[in-house]
Amino acid sequence: MKRSNLVKYVFVGTVCVFLAGCMTVPKGFLRPPSDYLETRQLQMRQYDTRDQEAIISSVAGVLQDLGFTLDSSETKLGLVAASKNADATDARQITLALAADVLSALSGTHSNNMAGCDKEQKVKASVIINTSLDGSKTVIRVTFQRIIWNMQNQISRIETIKDPEIYQKFYISLSKAIFLEAQEI
Amino acid sequence: MKNSKMINLLLLFLCISMMTAGCVSTTNKAFLCKESQVELRSIQTRAFDLTDKKKMLQIVISTMQDLDFVIDKADLLLGSVTGTKFVRNASITMTVTVRSRGEKQLLVRANARYGVTSVTDPETYQDFFTSLEKSLFLTAHQVD
Repeated sequence: MKRSNLVKYVFVGTVCVFLAGCMTVPKGFLRPPSDYLETRQLQMRQYDTRDQEAIISSVAGVLQDLGFTLDSSETKLGLVAASKNADATDARQITLALAADVLSALSGTHSNNMAGCDKEQKVKASVIINTSLDGSKTVIRVTFQRIIWNMQNQISRIETIKDPEIYQKFYISLSKAIFLEAQEI
Repeated sequence: MKNSKMINLLLLFLCISMMTAGCVSTTNKAFLCKESQVELRSIQTRAFDLTDKKKMLQIVISTMQDLDFVIDKADLLLGSVTGTKFVRNASITMTVTVRSRGEKQLLVRANARYGVTSVTDPETYQDFFTSLEKSLFLTAHQVD
């Protein structure tokens, strides 16, 4: 009798711990990350012009050139937000998943690794155009995020893109559009 | 015999329909608030000695970008900025509104949601206002 009670308490305790774990919101997510200065350098460029309007329309044009559709904008604050749906299938990932599925089928078990493969992604871009502190230049900061769905249409990953190549590509296109050289911050 | 079975079945149906009718619909769930509104407001709000709303919004935007947020929407007239940030596999949405308080101050209110849970932890908001203070070179005042 006593032993069964103990089992009961342990069970209830474990359930409580699990439930408590579900509800907690992590702390400190509004603290600046340790690498925020590097991220700034990656995402920010400045141009030797004060013509913000020309820059905003060029930014919108470049985003469209890259296949994005504009979601929202506020020209008075220099914001342009856009998004794009794209294919996310990775041949290597699919080959590995297929091989694993075939192997498990051969060994007589069932697995469906293919369902977990990436299928589609949505890339969000947000550009902020601002005047530099001394007022002589225009500072641009672009940020990219992406959401990836797997073959079962479940969200498999969400992340902020920190690949320097992506940012360089954006600024190369923008520099061409406004006939000015981008300067690193 | 047949009749009593029918009556039993009917009673069961009645019970089930009464129970489901008594259930609170999920629409109400969306408007439920656990916390006291006054307390939450003071956690989420600070006053700054600044009158330029546009400048304040621009600094809020750059602070949010430093915190890895992607700005989704902004409106100068409303004085609002909304952004999204991903932490591990959860998404955090935050709206910051700026409005004037008297003639010498601006009120900044931040409102964050972690997935479907609203963030009520005072320390988390304090972290945001500390970053904002640093970018502004100004001190945030607690609002009653």
